[in-house]
Amino acid sequence: MDTFVQQLINGLTIGSIYALIALGYTMVYGILRLINFAHGDIYMVGAYAGFILATSLGFAANPSAFGFVVTLVGAMAIAAGIGMAIERFAYRPVRKFSKMTTLITAIGMSLLIEYLFVFIFSGTPRSFPQLITNDNYTLFGNATISTSQILIFVVSILLMILLQYIIFYTKIGKAMRAVSFNLNSAKLMGINTNFVIAFTFALGSALAAAGGVLTAQYNPKIEPLMGIITGLKAFVAAVLGGIGNIPGAVLGGLLIGAAETLVVGYGSAIGIPSTYRDAVAFAILILVLLVRPAGLLGSNVQEKV
Amino acid sequence: MKNFFLAFSLIFSILLSSACVDKSATGGAPTGDGSGDIKVGVYGDLTGQTSSFGQSTINGIRLAVDEINAAGGVNGRKITLVSEDDQGRPEQATTVVQKLVNQDKVQAILGEVASTNSLAAAPVAQGARIPMITPSSTNPKVTEVGDYISRVCFIDPFQGSTMAKFAAKSLNAKTAAILGDVNSDYSKGLTQFFEQEFTKNGGQVVTKEAYTQNDPDFKAQLTKIRNLNPDVIYVPGYYGQVGIIARQARELGMNMPLLGGDGWDSPELWKLGGESLKNSYISNHYSAENPAPEIQNFVKAYQAKYNVVPDSLAALAYDAAKVLADAIRRAGGTDSAKLKDAINATKDFKGVTGTITLDASRNAIKPAVVLELNPSASKFAFKETIYPEGMSAPADTTSNANTMMNTNQMSNANMMNSNMTNSSTMNSNMMNSAANMNSTMNANK
Repeated sequence: MDTFVQQLINGLTIGSIYALIALGYTMVYGILRLINFAHGDIYMVGAYAGFILATSLGFAANPSAFGFVVTLVGAMAIAAGIGMAIERFAYRPVRKFSKMTTLITAIGMSLLIEYLFVFIFSGTPRSFPQLITNDNYTLFGNATISTSQILIFVVSILLMILLQYIIFYTKIGKAMRAVSFNLNSAKLMGINTNFVIAFTFALGSALAAAGGVLTAQYNPKIEPLMGIITGLKAFVAAVLGGIGNIPGAVLGGLLIGAAETLVVGYGSAIGIPSTYRDAVAFAILILVLLVRPAGLLGSNVQEKV
Repeated sequence: MKNFFLAFSLIFSILLSSACVDKSATGGAPTGDGSGDIKVGVYGDLTGQTSSFGQSTINGIRLAVDEINAAGGVNGRKITLVSEDDQGRPEQATTVVQKLVNQDKVQAILGEVASTNSLAAAPVAQGARIPMITPSSTNPKVTEVGDYISRVCFIDPFQGSTMAKFAAKSLNAKTAAILGDVNSDYSKGLTQFFEQEFTKNGGQVVTKEAYTQNDPDFKAQLTKIRNLNPDVIYVPGYYGQVGIIARQARELGMNMPLLGGDGWDSPELWKLGGESLKNSYISNHYSAENPAPEIQNFVKAYQAKYNVVPDSLAALAYDAAKVLADAIRRAGGTDSAKLKDAINATKDFKGVTGTITLDASRNAIKPAVVLELNPSASKFAFKETIYPEGMSAPADTTSNANTMMNTNQMSNANMMNSNMTNSSTMNSNMMNSAANMNSTMNANK
């Protein structure tokens, strides 16, 4: 029993990270119908931004809650800025062309960010400094949870509540929902759609950066290509939950995280080798899409021709 | 549209011409012209996940080549290096070695560290009949590619069994779990040989778990291992993952010894793993703390040039370059067939990592050292030396050697000593240097 609980905690930890990144995919898709492939790399950029802040401001030497908060918020702000810059200089100029153009631009952007970081920081894995003292708490029996895991749960829940608040109870949130219904009508109603889109990118990038810093606290190895697989899983999570649907992204992330951990833990008992954890995430995606093409929580919208 | 067509035809013609080069180069064996600089190609991971390996390797080779050139070169010819980055990816390793062979027309190749990458590139070198020496790829399959491929390090059957023996005898472990990288030939080889030897010594491998380089965390596998509560965990991986594995194992309250191989050897390991690396042991090629003069001279020269303590990959790379230069000297030039024969005939070459003699399968037969990790000082501390079967511990330090071994090994060592009296003088150099090491190590303790 305690092993099962332990595996569940392990799974929900990475699941929460997937969920944070998946939110960015799903929001951008909801508004622009664009799969922002560079989003996984923003998660990496966030981790590096946190790394630079923590080492240059001296938080690495003396761990403190204050240092952690400054690093987290700083990394989120930097990533938000980079996200907006990418939107402004890479996506906006090609937005007027076909959807495919923007999609290919996104793939190019992703490669550009990855190899720019390889160029600047080299590909060697770097160690992210411990910003808070990491303790272990025994829940019961053998099941333990570490401070960094608790942080991941608490911070991601707080951020998701904040996101819900922004989207449903603020003016900009209302504008975002309007743009996601119909961009052109929103524009006709006097909404500054360019600003709303930039804001969406900023919001999504900040969440991904938070994911990056939180992961780096838990698994203190950062390298320029860390966003590829994690970003892909988060994308799967977004599609699984129903792309464009915010609670769906969270649900999808947690499901993928739990599923792949349980496969490693118990897969060999039913004949699935533990190294199939990635394959299982994608297999679940295919199975769900066969039954519910719009994803778990997505609504099936008739395309107008 | 016209531009498109132009660009297309340009690309096409480039492809065509490179294909032509390919053919001509593999058609006949290249012969050294016997004059001018000797071009040596080096390939390694300079920017990827194991880039600390590539950097150390190239640093070690550069140091050796600078020393050789400063001393007047080989047969009056200077060595120039052409280095290529394979980003730690096997497909890229094949590509860059093709470039070294076909475009740069190198006369010999040094590299890679990771066995998977060496295995990917070795057929290219073999096909073009360019001798390739890998400094530190330990998987046995690497030199099985062909007679142009050799190495200056020991191989995994020995490395894996060294750790298995150490676990069973020195740590008295009865049960072990193995956690390896499923995509690495190095890791797979070590897993197999560790299990064989550990079972032979009466131990039991309770589970074999696997991970991939990009796994977001390792707690799922570790939780599974924790349930079985093995005496030791063998992690035959590379430093990038190992540091995190150690950290997460300790977080889960698993405090048993972690064992590994030379893939752990990187200055980055200490930053990634921190204090969690306490109570861990690895098998390695040499110890930088060994006070033998030839080792300390190398360590000093390396430190003066690069300002870091050389890891074993740097030491092996240094040896590989020196072995190559020695072979060119003996072959009297860079004619590829003669050079290959000279490399394969390397005998009693005194290197930093021990005396190098290549056997019939072009593998070096050398002792391994077991090092204990000391994270608070970021150092690998010497623990014991383990000799391959047929090679014995040095005679004049038997008593010293025995103090480091427990009773099980003592009988072994004695048995070896009886063998030793009739062993040929060929080994005497090696023994002396090994003896040196043992005695001085003990003096240190």
